[in-house]
Amino acid sequence: MDLHFGDSKPTDEERAAVDALLGPPESSWEGADRSDADLRWARGGRAARDRRDLLLPGLHALNDRVGWISEGALDYLCRRLTVPPAEAYGVATFYAMFSVRPRPATVLHVCTDLACTAAGAAGLCAGVEARLGPGSGVQVERGPCLGLCERAPAALVIRAGEDPAGPAPGNPGGKVPTGPAHGDQAGGNAAGKDPARPAFAGEAVPAGGVPGGSAPGAGSGAGDTAPGAGSRARDTTPGVGSRARDTTPGVGSRARDTTPGVGSRARDTTPGWRRDIPRATAVVAPATPDATVAAATAPENAPAEPPPAAAVPQAGDPALTLLRRVGTTDPASLDDYRANGGYAALRRAFALGPAGVIREVTDSGLLGRGGAAFPTGRKWQATASQPDHPHYLVCNADESEPGTFKDRVLMEGDPYALVEAMTIAAYATGAHRGYLYLRGEYPRALHRMEHAIGRARARGLLGDDILGQGHSFDIEIRRGAGAYICGEETALFNSIEGHRGEPRSKPPFPVEKGLFGKPTVENNVETLVNVLPVLTMGAPAYAAIGTERSTGPKLFCVSGSVARPGVYELPFGATLGELLTLAGVRDNLRAVLLGGAAGGFVRPDELDIPLTFEGTREAGTTLGSGVVMAFDDTVPLPRLLLRIAEFFRDESCGQCVPCRVGTVRQEEALHRIVERTGADAAGDVALLREVGRAMRDASICGLGQTAWNAVESAIDRLGAYE
Amino acid sequence: MTVTPLGIPRRLLEFTLDGEPVRAPEGSTILDACRAAGKDIPTLCEGDTLTPKNACRVCVVEVEGSRTLVPACSRRAEPGMRVRTGTERARHSRKVVLELLASSVDLSTTPRVAAWLKEYEAKPDRFGPDAARLNEEPKVDNDLYVRDYDKCILCYKCVDACGDQWQNTFAISVAGRGFDARIAVEHDAPLTDSACVYCGNCIEVCPTGALSFKSEFDMRAAGTWDEARQTETTTVCAYCGVGCNLTLHVQDNEIVKVTSPHDNPVTHGNLCIKGRFGYQHVQNRD
Repeated sequence: MDLHFGDSKPTDEERAAVDALLGPPESSWEGADRSDADLRWARGGRAARDRRDLLLPGLHALNDRVGWISEGALDYLCRRLTVPPAEAYGVATFYAMFSVRPRPATVLHVCTDLACTAAGAAGLCAGVEARLGPGSGVQVERGPCLGLCERAPAALVIRAGEDPAGPAPGNPGGKVPTGPAHGDQAGGNAAGKDPARPAFAGEAVPAGGVPGGSAPGAGSGAGDTAPGAGSRARDTTPGVGSRARDTTPGVGSRARDTTPGVGSRARDTTPGWRRDIPRATAVVAPATPDATVAAATAPENAPAEPPPAAAVPQAGDPALTLLRRVGTTDPASLDDYRANGGYAALRRAFALGPAGVIREVTDSGLLGRGGAAFPTGRKWQATASQPDHPHYLVCNADESEPGTFKDRVLMEGDPYALVEAMTIAAYATGAHRGYLYLRGEYPRALHRMEHAIGRARARGLLGDDILGQGHSFDIEIRRGAGAYICGEETALFNSIEGHRGEPRSKPPFPVEKGLFGKPTVENNVETLVNVLPVLTMGAPAYAAIGTERSTGPKLFCVSGSVARPGVYELPFGATLGELLTLAGVRDNLRAVLLGGAAGGFVRPDELDIPLTFEGTREAGTTLGSGVVMAFDDTVPLPRLLLRIAEFFRDESCGQCVPCRVGTVRQEEALHRIVERTGADAAGDVALLREVGRAMRDASICGLGQTAWNAVESAIDRLGAYE
Repeated sequence: MTVTPLGIPRRLLEFTLDGEPVRAPEGSTILDACRAAGKDIPTLCEGDTLTPKNACRVCVVEVEGSRTLVPACSRRAEPGMRVRTGTERARHSRKVVLELLASSVDLSTTPRVAAWLKEYEAKPDRFGPDAARLNEEPKVDNDLYVRDYDKCILCYKCVDACGDQWQNTFAISVAGRGFDARIAVEHDAPLTDSACVYCGNCIEVCPTGALSFKSEFDMRAAGTWDEARQTETTTVCAYCGVGCNLTLHVQDNEIVKVTSPHDNPVTHGNLCIKGRFGYQHVQNRD
């Protein structure tokens, strides 16, 4: 590939951010100064192109360090990865959290989505902007749901700067530098020995060769893994084990939840370009203008978030299954996890064998909890039986549906459960590499999962020979960058692979051609966590919970006009009314949104709808991902519908016409009728229906197909605009 | 004058098209089968030399058992499939998609679209005068070709032609998201600062005229572009020894643009900068 790079040069800081992720460049072909040797031979090409999946981590590295992505920085990253700059520009401009224009280092994201709007997000924005005033150095961005609906209104502060923990801000979770061409050899062994592969995390890098830190990851590899294991990891597996941070003593003593990377690491302190201000994040929820401004100006001093258990009103109830460890078990302690039943399911899985696990999951009747309700056992079986290898496992933790926050609470409150469940899924489906695609707006979940994965790896619960059973599996975390569409399974693959997060057309389905074109099983966080009780209690006992066709426990994210918003666990079959009573629904209930922005509204007189997949279907609505948002009569319904339309217009990837233009036309129509009813609105309502029908029928993916659901249900069931 | 390679023999599979049993070679798309059966299905983003992106969604048809409509251009025919092309449901989607497109971009230079708008009774005006449009000025930053994104339907054909399907230059991509998505070169720079090598293969595949020869753009602006007066002559490029076919479009004894036959088994319609744009010496009469 004869790529063209412009004249823009990266600054030292930008170069350092990229090099911290990729290691220093080896030759002028990838951006180093020209040496005599470079005049005699050309290098790069396929070896570099195979690392295209590092594009998104690379963009994160730049954005985390500098706050935006300049031309020079993007070109340098492209040179390192042999990615055409036009394509990388297309990727960088796809994600809401990146900017290709200069902006202040501090960005304040204020959620203006359903629950937050109902809780006064507009006033919060106005108050914050008035207090900050011009020239504050803080950019305020109104944005989609931050997944903090139980604590609405919510704000998230992200300040760019050097990672106080080390030079790998964009690569949480430990990059395993094995591209698709290298297969998924356990832990990337072959890749590590590839002489054409530049120095990577964990490999020998000349000390001090990287501004801002000695050998990225090298120190952490030794620090994080047990003696012996550490040296093995260093010899053979760049990345596996090496980037595992977070295991240094004193987890609790570190600045918690503020950075993806934690852990102490010796490094250079000399470069003059270094910022004095370290990278920091802060979550403010429920947010007041004063608290938000304080957090935006000094995120490192922001008060800690309430513990994850605060989002679980039932916390401590011994009847809980999925949530039983949230609040009762230290999410940082692997020992505590094991003492509370952790890793019993994995041992049972090893006893059953892969086919036995799939049989058990199939018999349990477990349906996917991400919204589509596909039988998990069938999906696993279909992937496991594919002759093509390697197989991949992807955990979809890109929970971006407005109103949904259960996966965040699970990952923050019981991170090892997800690690164990992913290990079981990989064992059953024959995958040796798992990707945890975690949404970019979840700093604490990211930190918790990084920590858990690092600890599991150090203790031999991830890696080459898990529990001495000969099964090899490792997990890599990939951080999303603000795109709801990346929760669509094929868009997620494109995002991991370093392409724009646009959905692919199906067929072929992921079980046949998924991530890197290989058979892939993709499950949502809650689905995977359900596998643990399936194995510990056995399929028949699990299937006995819930109803005949919707088995097991289900998590519901209750927010809005209730006294106790949060994540609730109920067996399938409880009614909507029972759930709302549990959450303390307020008087004057006007409507309940089931299933999030892609779901549908129901009336207050329909509270006897059973919360099962079949029950909601029969009632003409959907359970979706388990969102239950209650709105009382103080919430202006047309404004709410307009916000839903805005959300879909903003989040459409733009690939197909029905969704790209249809979402705009729907938003325009809703703007026109926001104050109108009856005959005045009839024409636009008819227009909405026609466009909505075509979007549902002809869009490529679920986003366009469901974008009209909530508004349609509000018109049909609630009589909006009548 | 072209030779069409026959390829290896393929088995025939049977399925039902609008109630009629049809046979199509294995690997054919529904659209291939429709065309073989003489059915006209509108398409915009489908291109004869490129893998369909199925982004425009005007070719959707109904397949029994499928929850949504499926794009005929890219869905492979399967044995026993039951396909219906002209149902009310499919026609409704095509109509709305045409309306959405025509209300947001300028389709005046898109072949056949006027007829489709009429056939499907599409009324792009019904979204009102305030319906968002691209409304962008043409980008004229070089003497060879013009990018008029006001006519762009984001079919991705130019991206694919510039990328790994033909040219391997990777000068253009889609940037941004949603309604704000645009075809762009790196950093949204002028073409002259980009990786573009001016092969013009993107113009060759553009279905709407969003990419056009500067000569055509200027003549349209002056009102002198008249395809009825043009002749097309296919000849062999004289620059090098490959022997690419050129089709010279001549109006009033002047070459106004150069295309290349898509069914040429060597070039499939692709040319280089010399073959595509290096024709001025032919008509230098000083």
